Amino acid sequence: MNDFWRLPPNVSTYGGEIDSMFHLIAWITIVVFFLVEILIVVFLFRYRGRPGRTAKYTHGNSRMEILWTTATALIVLFIGVISRGLWLEIKDPRHFPQPGLELIVTAKQFEWNVTYPGADNQLGTADDFVRRNQLHVPVDVPVRITLQSEDVIHSFYLPQLRLKQDAVPGMHIPAWFEATLPGEYTVGCAELCGLGHYRMKGALTVHSAADWQQWYTQEQQRTAAARATGAPLAASDGAAADDGAAGATVLAAAAHSH
Amino acid sequence: MTIAAAAMDRGTSSFGVYNVKLGMWVFLLSEVMFFTGLIGTYIILRFANPEQFARPGEVLNVPLTAANTFFLICSSVTMVKAYAEIERGNQQGLKRYLVATALIGMLFVGIQGVEYWKLAHEGFVPVAALYKAVGRHAAEAGEAGAVGAAVLGGPLYGTTFYTMTGFHGAHVTIGVLCLWFTVYQAYRGRYSAQNVAGVEAMGLYWHFVDLVWIILFTIVYLI
Amino acid sequence: MSTVATAHETAAHTHEEIPFLRKYIFSTDHKVIGIQFLFMSLFFLLVGGLLAMAMRWQLAFPANPNAGFEGRPLPGGGLLPETMVAGGVMLPEFYNALVTMHGTIMVFFAIMPLLIGVWANYLIPLQIGAPDMAFPRLNMASFWMAMPAGMMMLASFAVVGGAANAGWTAYAPLSVMPEYSGVHLGQQLWELSLVILGFSSLMGAVNYITTIVNMRAPGMTWFRLPLSTWALFITSILLLLAIPVLAGGLIMQFFDQTIGTGFFKPDDGGQPLLWQHLFWFFGHPEVYILILPAMGFVSDILANGARKPVFGYAAMVWAIVGIGFIGWIVWGHHMFMSGMNPMLGGFFMVTTLMIAVPSAIKTFNWLGTIWGGNIRFHTPFLHAISFVALFVIGGLSGVFVASAPVDIPLHDTYFVVAHIHYVLVGGSLFGIFGAITFWFPKMFGRMMNEPLGKIHWALTFVFFNLTFFPMHMLGSGGMMRRLYDPTQYPHIAQYQDTNIFITYSALLLFASQFIFMFNFFWSLFRGRKASENPWEANSLEWTAPSPPPHGNWGDRKLKVYRGPYEYSAPGASADYLLQTDPAQGVPAPASH
Repeated sequence: MNDFWRLPPNVSTYGGEIDSMFHLIAWITIVVFFLVEILIVVFLFRYRGRPGRTAKYTHGNSRMEILWTTATALIVLFIGVISRGLWLEIKDPRHFPQPGLELIVTAKQFEWNVTYPGADNQLGTADDFVRRNQLHVPVDVPVRITLQSEDVIHSFYLPQLRLKQDAVPGMHIPAWFEATLPGEYTVGCAELCGLGHYRMKGALTVHSAADWQQWYTQEQQRTAAARATGAPLAASDGAAADDGAAGATVLAAAAHSH
Repeated sequence: MTIAAAAMDRGTSSFGVYNVKLGMWVFLLSEVMFFTGLIGTYIILRFANPEQFARPGEVLNVPLTAANTFFLICSSVTMVKAYAEIERGNQQGLKRYLVATALIGMLFVGIQGVEYWKLAHEGFVPVAALYKAVGRHAAEAGEAGAVGAAVLGGPLYGTTFYTMTGFHGAHVTIGVLCLWFTVYQAYRGRYSAQNVAGVEAMGLYWHFVDLVWIILFTIVYLI
Repeated sequence: MSTVATAHETAAHTHEEIPFLRKYIFSTDHKVIGIQFLFMSLFFLLVGGLLAMAMRWQLAFPANPNAGFEGRPLPGGGLLPETMVAGGVMLPEFYNALVTMHGTIMVFFAIMPLLIGVWANYLIPLQIGAPDMAFPRLNMASFWMAMPAGMMMLASFAVVGGAANAGWTAYAPLSVMPEYSGVHLGQQLWELSLVILGFSSLMGAVNYITTIVNMRAPGMTWFRLPLSTWALFITSILLLLAIPVLAGGLIMQFFDQTIGTGFFKPDDGGQPLLWQHLFWFFGHPEVYILILPAMGFVSDILANGARKPVFGYAAMVWAIVGIGFIGWIVWGHHMFMSGMNPMLGGFFMVTTLMIAVPSAIKTFNWLGTIWGGNIRFHTPFLHAISFVALFVIGGLSGVFVASAPVDIPLHDTYFVVAHIHYVLVGGSLFGIFGAITFWFPKMFGRMMNEPLGKIHWALTFVFFNLTFFPMHMLGSGGMMRRLYDPTQYPHIAQYQDTNIFITYSALLLFASQFIFMFNFFWSLFRGRKASENPWEANSLEWTAPSPPPHGNWGDRKLKVYRGPYEYSAPGASADYLLQTDPAQGVPAPASH
């Protein structure tokens, strides 16, 4: 079924539940689809006009009406009920799990700037650092993100983690995810944001626990070294520009003041 | 009268209300939605940014506008009288009260225009970048008082004020033009005790415009 | 008003002396105005289709050599200025403008007028037994506002900065800040054009509502109205109440753009989400405006083709009312990902799922209508039954995105594009083709060519599905909307073959429409002359000549004895029974 629907391989905790709900709805709708379409074809054949025949003169059947209305209502009610819990689990900040890592993602035309909390693991302090279009997280750790935008509405989209959340200027919107498999994944923009919308692509790297420590320490060191000498971090590093401690603090402070 | 013409004037009606009157009611429903959109926007923006809105009377001239509101209500009374006159077949009375309504309407718009001019000079404008409303009292204290006075409220105050009252003013202006047209029609003898449709529809529109103003005045000036 | 009565009296008696300008250009006759809307909107349908073809070309053949996609120059691209297409390669800004204008033109200048401008005007007086609309001059004004609005929208392509490019949804702040969108005048023209069109629609709605309430012929009770008229009535109420909210929002957007207000700009305390709420509060009833009339036509046409009464007429009426009513409280489902309070998401999910129920009632009742029928497969019937088959798919795909958590991966992807096109094309457009082919004989006094009509239908049906069904899978595969170059993302690039397939299908779909265009224009002049009632139908329009004269029935007094669906009634002399036929001895059912 995944192949028919081309669902990207899921590497997130709640992604599996979303996919299950997707498949459940798919099966229900496929059954209804075949029921209706087959009936149409059968009726068109069976009741095609032939000389000497008369159509049945009837204005309806209340019992049938009540039957299929009730059935439809029950099915949609069911879908609504099972969806509600999952929705709150994913989107309601009061239901978020305790995060092991907190990040700020600032969207702007046409890139994603990720602010990391630095060695003290606290956002809004001097050791925060920013990386462009590079989202790095450890596996099996709930990550909490605060989304913001510098200019227009963008939409932070991680297809393989089934995460999507608009980044709205003037708002600081929380989101969370927990990756289940190390690897390289996609960050995309899912809201038309201008002429570069199509190339607002980032990379999500999910590290194993050991790799994460290594990467994180290395990035802190590189950042500290660059700040000491005053030289900007080379973009060709792949890690791209560091907006500097001051910039990161401002962003973080804004995020915490909502 | 042909069948066609008769049918158009007095069709089979569910509500026993003839075309022009029903049409005006239906149109006014759409106007309710228009002003609901504007007022709803104001309420949302005000709740989210209370610091951008000043206390009543600090920036806006409540006494003058209250008088203006009274004038508009008077014009509704004259409109009612105009309709009552033509129901009785009194052409003179109709013309007199229609003219009175139109004149008061013009007075209302005139006073509003003067208000806008004064407010703009006090820095109360709809353009965000130019907003620096210092309020009535600072302005009244003269040049020295105005310089260095604190800005009251923020750009949203000007934006929402001019949008809401401006569109209301536009509706009043259109209403005044329609009133003069109705006067013209009255002088041509178009209305009689049997043919009050145009006057009644005009009245409905005018009362609606008055009602919207009462709501706007309360929300914008008094709260 | 007596002035109107006198004018019509004169007109009725001196019909031949009406100058060409007043008879065909500035006419107050509802039928002429309906036909004017028809020509106007068919033109815009063509324009909207062309824009889509340009989009599809870019999607299939983007120039992305790094990823191995060489691209292909846009055919006809050389005719366009360098600001749109440079060296055969379309610019991203132009692509965004195409996306925006395709949506805007199709929704506001093609589908809306094709459903309402044409059919509310043409059908309502004829189906209720009235000589014309309640306010004929207002009707004329309505068309003559829509036309300039359309011209203004087209003209916006030619201004500096190009046409609006923030999507037909025009989300702020992108739509209100030229420094982010690159578009100045184009967006302002877009806003003004839609305000004027909105006014046109509003004037129309006032007319349609007043006419239906007040001008029904004797005996034409509410529950003897054809479902086309019912649907147009409810649609008019939706228009009446929704358009003003859009107008307010557009005006605010215009002020933000021009005089520097800050309604939607966070730096001035404005809120981007405020625009979304205003837009979608209008936007959701708008999509029901775009489908309900077609549902009405389908009921009339299916009953006629099947030679049977509509199954559950009263339920059909209440379903239309229900859809119209619930449609006001579902708008937040367009905003699940917007950052609005998640608790609101829960509320809107419930209301959205609820609205599936009246739609399902209608679908099952259409099945019930053809069940037990004696079906005539005329071209209108083929389009009408296709509506049912395709609208179902659109409705079912809606269930996926109605579930808020499942909307998370699907929002703003091609899954939604598939959904909207199944309901708007599979639904509305097929309904429109059904209506045109059904009422063409009444409008023009000639039949359209049946074999050509069936070929057009078959090709359209096949190519429509080939074009839009794969989009479901592109969407669940993660392809976002409004992407100038989908190959930038590896997880999408792997499916580029699907995009190419869709483009070829779309081109064939577009080409097939020329068969319809040819049939339409050829039949205007050379079609077989039509009788008063070529489809052997029951409703009042089929008792007037084809085409009806000014005033529709002249001095004839109409009286209605029964509902519009008394096909195959026992005791009747034929398998149809006109609403005006007293037919003593044939029972007329209690309420319908």
